[in-house]
Amino acid sequence: MKLSNKTPIILAVVAFLAVLIAAFAPSGTTEIKFQAEGDLLPLPNIDVSVMAVTWFAAILMLLLAAYSWFRRLVQKRSSIAWLSPVFGVLFVLSVLTTLYAGKTMTLTALLQGSLSLAVPLIFGSLAGVLSERVGVVNIAIEGQLLAGAFCSALVASLTHSIWLGLITAGIAGALVALVLAVFAIRYVVDQIIVGVVLNVLVMGITNFLFSTLMGGNLALFNSPPRFDTMPVPLLSQIPVLGPVLFVQTPIVYLMYLAVGVVWFVLFKTRWGLRVRAVGEYPKAADTVGIKVYRTRYMSLMIGGSLAGIGGAFFTLGQVGAFGKEMTNGAGYIALAALIFGRWNPLYAALAALLFGFSENLQFGLAIIGSHVPSEFLLMLPYALTVIAVAGLVGKVTGPAASGKAYIKS
Amino acid sequence: MISKFLRGNIALSVLAVLVSFVVGGILIALSDPTVQSSASYFTARPTDLLSAIWNAVFGAYDALFRGSVFNYQAATTTGMFKPITETLAFATPITMAGLGLAVAFRSGLFNIGGTGQIIFGAIFAGWVGINLDLPWILHFPLAVLAGVFGGALFGSIVGLLKATTGANEVIVTIMFNYIAALLLSYFLKTPFLQAPHNINPISKPILASAKYPAFLGPNFRLHAGVFAMLAAVALVWWLLNRSTLGFQFRALGHNPSAARVAGINIGLNYVLVMAVSGALAGLAGTSQILGTEGSLTTGVAASFGFDAITVALLGRNNPFGVLAAGILFGGLRAGAVTMQASQGVPIDIVFIVQSMIVLFIAAPPLVRSIFRIRAKVEAA
Repeated sequence: MKLSNKTPIILAVVAFLAVLIAAFAPSGTTEIKFQAEGDLLPLPNIDVSVMAVTWFAAILMLLLAAYSWFRRLVQKRSSIAWLSPVFGVLFVLSVLTTLYAGKTMTLTALLQGSLSLAVPLIFGSLAGVLSERVGVVNIAIEGQLLAGAFCSALVASLTHSIWLGLITAGIAGALVALVLAVFAIRYVVDQIIVGVVLNVLVMGITNFLFSTLMGGNLALFNSPPRFDTMPVPLLSQIPVLGPVLFVQTPIVYLMYLAVGVVWFVLFKTRWGLRVRAVGEYPKAADTVGIKVYRTRYMSLMIGGSLAGIGGAFFTLGQVGAFGKEMTNGAGYIALAALIFGRWNPLYAALAALLFGFSENLQFGLAIIGSHVPSEFLLMLPYALTVIAVAGLVGKVTGPAASGKAYIKS
Repeated sequence: MISKFLRGNIALSVLAVLVSFVVGGILIALSDPTVQSSASYFTARPTDLLSAIWNAVFGAYDALFRGSVFNYQAATTTGMFKPITETLAFATPITMAGLGLAVAFRSGLFNIGGTGQIIFGAIFAGWVGINLDLPWILHFPLAVLAGVFGGALFGSIVGLLKATTGANEVIVTIMFNYIAALLLSYFLKTPFLQAPHNINPISKPILASAKYPAFLGPNFRLHAGVFAMLAAVALVWWLLNRSTLGFQFRALGHNPSAARVAGINIGLNYVLVMAVSGALAGLAGTSQILGTEGSLTTGVAASFGFDAITVALLGRNNPFGVLAAGILFGGLRAGAVTMQASQGVPIDIVFIVQSMIVLFIAAPPLVRSIFRIRAKVEAA
């Protein structure tokens, strides 16, 4: 494999930026508040010196960058996978302490908000993983989320059953995926075009029905029940992480399960191997008797139903009603998370968490009156994705046959 | 003879539009309260339901016609002919951006970034239009050029990334759309573009000396941008069909490997294709900011980035086809306003009809199977 200078260069640049931050960081301390209500072991608030943290991060990053150059130039080996994420975490830490200098950072609240924002992103990115791994580009994640959000609100309102709403959301997402599959597989239409168009179609239909159907009788059609949080016994008592991860609605627990199951199925089962084979080289898969079309339909629709459930999080998990275009581009960020997470369910979920964090940071910063424009925080997922697909941070390669129609001959 | 015509591309496009309008009609009928109430006693008096459906669908499409082509109910002559000018006013930016995407599609590049390139064009043109004080003869061309340059710049970054790193242009352009929208929203909150003493994200009005002339007078939104649109159609036709550069673009679209072997610089052409494509989207941005909008807001690109994709597909990436499709969708936009006002049909029906059209066009076998037309026997 050809060795690339890109990663060491980027790491060096980021490390240099961290040094700049440390050099110009304001003196003083940042108070970190861990405590949340109901902790068994109340943790004290910690004061950290901004200088110490930023310099610690900067020096560590310099050392890591030096190590990366050492590997590249002396050992002639390619960069290691964990370097970039560790770099990212250190950089975020340094930026955060600087931004919060002289203020209090409530860690639990910050993380809770990030997770809420990340839930639909994670479901969406799982849908993307399942369809791209089987060789179909899924731009329609946004449409699947929106369909799930709409149908879950409608059905849950009509039947007063929150679980029926959730199931309908899954079906709605799968139906959008089915349309994508039929056009992409049967009619061999360009997958990207179908995806973009489906997003607009779903937006048009949900907006239309929102104005005509729901607008006529909000109480009947658009007042679904909402999931209550269900604390997990014991686990919810863990300091800091307990209230963040385990005092959540059932949809969130479903999300943990989905991430694990999708990862396991894709990489540890026979069906998963077939899915990946179809996504890499459908002709070879076909030759050994794997049913390419059937595998593609199934994987796409399972993914679609996951995205639909993710969409239900907007209505049944958060807002408690459907609103026009309420997914607001989450599907595209999920797509970004999937690419940034290199088509792996676990990494995609982590990337989605990172994006949720950067999106949530604007609220945290608004509370302490920071002047960092929220636009730049919101831009982060998109900018990172561009950097990722441009191959600046390691090599990002999707499934080989993703985006290509397979015509059985 | 007729069956031969039906198998052609144009016929398929027309049929696709027809089917989509039928689907739209079904939705309109389903959502109509009179239809819903008369459906409950359908078995007793079926004619009630049928007439309710007819009234709902005919009323909506009649309003669409009155809003986009000719308003026979208007009191004045001006009012009668205003709808068609509204259609053209909408068609202008849609067609311009659609031409840009058609150039990219023909060259094998999926430029989904129309929105971002329109926004960048509008930012550049807007800044020049607000901040420079020059006579019209200098100011106007300068503002248009700035917009075209802005779009081209934003587009060529995508081409450059693809040429140097192989980054997939679809992903990059989608991400750039969001980055452009967020940048615009930031600029409109800072003194760079925000009008002084204004808390809303809106810029100062564009100076009159930078605007497209409103050649029909102040009562019409249609402006001289429509001539720029026609010129752009001719220019793109010339570029794609008669110029060396266009030949290279098309060669790239047909088979990049063959183009490389033939001595065409692939990387350079990626950048050039995206620059031309972005420039046309930037021109659409100028039509918005220097033509119809008057000052810069976050909604400057409207839905024209998506419209442009559909227009390019419907027009089969042919400049004249794009013009026809642009006028059709301009008409849909203009008519939808009247349809909403007079019949209460939400404007979103346009999105539904529009995306249906693209789906049907993209899948000719589907349309053929609906109308039971036999496919052309293609040589193996």
